Amino acid sequence: MERSDMVISGFGGQGVLFVGFLLAYAGMLEGNYVCWIPSYGVEMRGGTAHCFVTIANKEVSSPIVDRPSVVMVFNNPSLEKFETAVTPGGHLFINSSLVDIEPKRSDLIVHRIPASDYANELGNSKVANIILLGALIQATEVVSIDNIYLALQEILPEKKKKMLPLNYEALKFGMSNLV
Amino acid sequence: MSVILKKPLSLTDKKFHYCPGCTHGVIHRLIAEIIDEYDIREQTIGIAPVGCSVFLDWYFNFDIIQAAHGRAPAVATGVKRVLTENVVFTYQGDGDLASIGIAELIHAAARGENITIVFINNACYGMTGGQMAPTTLEKQITTTTPYGRDHKTSGSPFFVPELLTNMHGVGFLSRRAINNPKNIVRTKKSLKTAFKVQMEGLGFSLVEILSICPVNWGMDPQKSMQWLEDNIIPHYPLGDIKMPDFDV
Amino acid sequence: MSKKLLKGNEAIGEAAIKANCRYYFGYPITPQNEIPEFFAKEFPRVGGVFIQAESEIAAINMVYGAAAAGARVMTSSSSPGISLKMEGISYIAAAELPCVIANIMRGGPGLGGIQPAQSDYFQATKGGGHGDYRMIVFSPASVQELYNLTKKAFYLADYYRIPVMILGDGFLGQMMESVEMDGQNDTCEPIPKPWAITGCRGREKQYINTLYLVPEELAELNDRLQEKYRQIKNSEQAYEEYYMEDADFVLVSFGIAARICKEAVDLARDKGIRAGLIRPITLWPFPEKAFADLTRAKNILNVEMNAGQMVEDVKLAVSCKIPVHFYGCTGGLLPSSKEIVNRIEMLGGTPK
Repeated sequence: MERSDMVISGFGGQGVLFVGFLLAYAGMLEGNYVCWIPSYGVEMRGGTAHCFVTIANKEVSSPIVDRPSVVMVFNNPSLEKFETAVTPGGHLFINSSLVDIEPKRSDLIVHRIPASDYANELGNSKVANIILLGALIQATEVVSIDNIYLALQEILPEKKKKMLPLNYEALKFGMSNLV
Repeated sequence: MSVILKKPLSLTDKKFHYCPGCTHGVIHRLIAEIIDEYDIREQTIGIAPVGCSVFLDWYFNFDIIQAAHGRAPAVATGVKRVLTENVVFTYQGDGDLASIGIAELIHAAARGENITIVFINNACYGMTGGQMAPTTLEKQITTTTPYGRDHKTSGSPFFVPELLTNMHGVGFLSRRAINNPKNIVRTKKSLKTAFKVQMEGLGFSLVEILSICPVNWGMDPQKSMQWLEDNIIPHYPLGDIKMPDFDV
Repeated sequence: MSKKLLKGNEAIGEAAIKANCRYYFGYPITPQNEIPEFFAKEFPRVGGVFIQAESEIAAINMVYGAAAAGARVMTSSSSPGISLKMEGISYIAAAELPCVIANIMRGGPGLGGIQPAQSDYFQATKGGGHGDYRMIVFSPASVQELYNLTKKAFYLADYYRIPVMILGDGFLGQMMESVEMDGQNDTCEPIPKPWAITGCRGREKQYINTLYLVPEELAELNDRLQEKYRQIKNSEQAYEEYYMEDADFVLVSFGIAARICKEAVDLARDKGIRAGLIRPITLWPFPEKAFADLTRAKNILNVEMNAGQMVEDVKLAVSCKIPVHFYGCTGGLLPSSKEIVNRIEMLGGTPK
């Protein structure tokens, strides 16, 4: 890996920025250079929220992500907004529980995963983002599950630590249900 | 031989530059006497405004910071938050305090900053040559209300301490005048209470002092005092408006 | 682990605490709200004072008061709010008070937008407020540098008794990168402030003033300020060079735009073009020293996220002896590295 550029996009409240943060944090734990850039301001008020994540083994010169190799989307507008940007042969992760349109391009590796349905099966609809993250790290190996888990341990505040087992389960579930 | 009256230690030897009949000198002396009486000269910090009293440092024998126009309460906030044990006061005119600096004043009061504000109201801008102030009376003639202040076009005079009465952090509010010895004594008592409120940590204190500006009013000092009594004092009622539960 | 994943805005706060700043006065404005929020949360834990002021004007005057009282103090805002602070900054410069001001720039003029821009270069480096004054202006290009330069800013502010501005932008303020918090060269030790207004116990009374009605006295203040500025010009210029050893096509850019230019240099080098980059780290003093010996350079392309501001200083620095071109983006748009390479090629940067 020289440099991986990723986009995570959905509605505010779907844990979009958090997934990006986890990726960047795990990347940092692995000794890589990382960069996380959120959308901000009025865009966040009810509209789509997205973040850019870069993980590289050398200093990140330009932090701008205009051609991501990995895109994860949680709603239709996000797919429409970012599909064209993906590099040929790149990965497109779709929460197919929420996205009901089809990608137009045929030169991408498309992963349609009903993450919200799976999350409900695990008993908490909020871990859809973590399931999709599991699929992402299984397919791209951009960071290891161990470091995502370590990142979760370091990031989650004390009162949310009880969510750790569920998150770990969701990660494993996403990894083994990659399509 | 015993000394029965002397210049307060908190005043310098410099002669006042103020116009003949101006009342700043009287008020400066009252403040200096109080600071001597409380023996707080070495811990007092005064904030000078923009206006006639911008050179507070010439006359007060303690540390002074000169502030931008209207910003004295914000500067005092910064100083007092750093030096919580010092006594910090601002000295501001009606243009500085009630016009350009009204936001800084109101919010310092709302925060209950433990500072003292000495507010000189002579119903006009002195230093710039007698223009209308927020406290200029209706029908009063100034250089920018040459036909008399008309509330329809230039607003109405407003009551500064009364604006602050319902604020939780305000410890003391008073309005006084310096038109005669009796009122000068009362002014001193209110100022003394204001500083005491600060020293006791009881919050924000403000004393408005109704004053004269003979040169810009176009009257001699005696007529000015008469005009103050006939027009300004009836409009702005004197007295303590919000009081602590102690007497000085 | 000493590395932390921090937002640029948070890095400013962490650095301020590390530099023993315990006073912050500010007013909310996007995209720098994480700064006041950081201090509101962290200062109570270290005995600091945070005030959300009623306006930017009040905030900068609280800074004036706290600085006059001898404290390490800072404020922050974004472009329109910085305009409001300009009056106070002029007073602070005149009174020779130390403080740190962060401007996390957004596009203008007017209310403008909330997306990143670099359009306050003139305001920061050429005055902004009234009168012949200068501030030291730092232009960080990464979150790590935001951290390092903010710490340094407090020290230089005290050392020279001058306001120091951290000139970032919305992109830098919002982005997260890993920051090494320890092992930095610590220049945080306090500097005695015998001039501070603390009450006259045990000494003569003191005065902090910005009004001089006698022209000769005001001229004396200005002479003293100018002498200080000359000293800073000599001692504090800072810049980074990237592939400048053999560069005949030189990019000049600051802040986040300079990082895009670094990628452009890489892309141009891949094409065999001998491109290089000069990245001013101090915008004032402008690093003229970086331009003193550009014998190889045939062309200079200046890249900024504005309509062309620093480009004037670059032209002055090379005395117009080398052609200086400009490529800029406004409105919160970012330049692209590919477009920069296109410009290099258009301007005759050819493979060797």
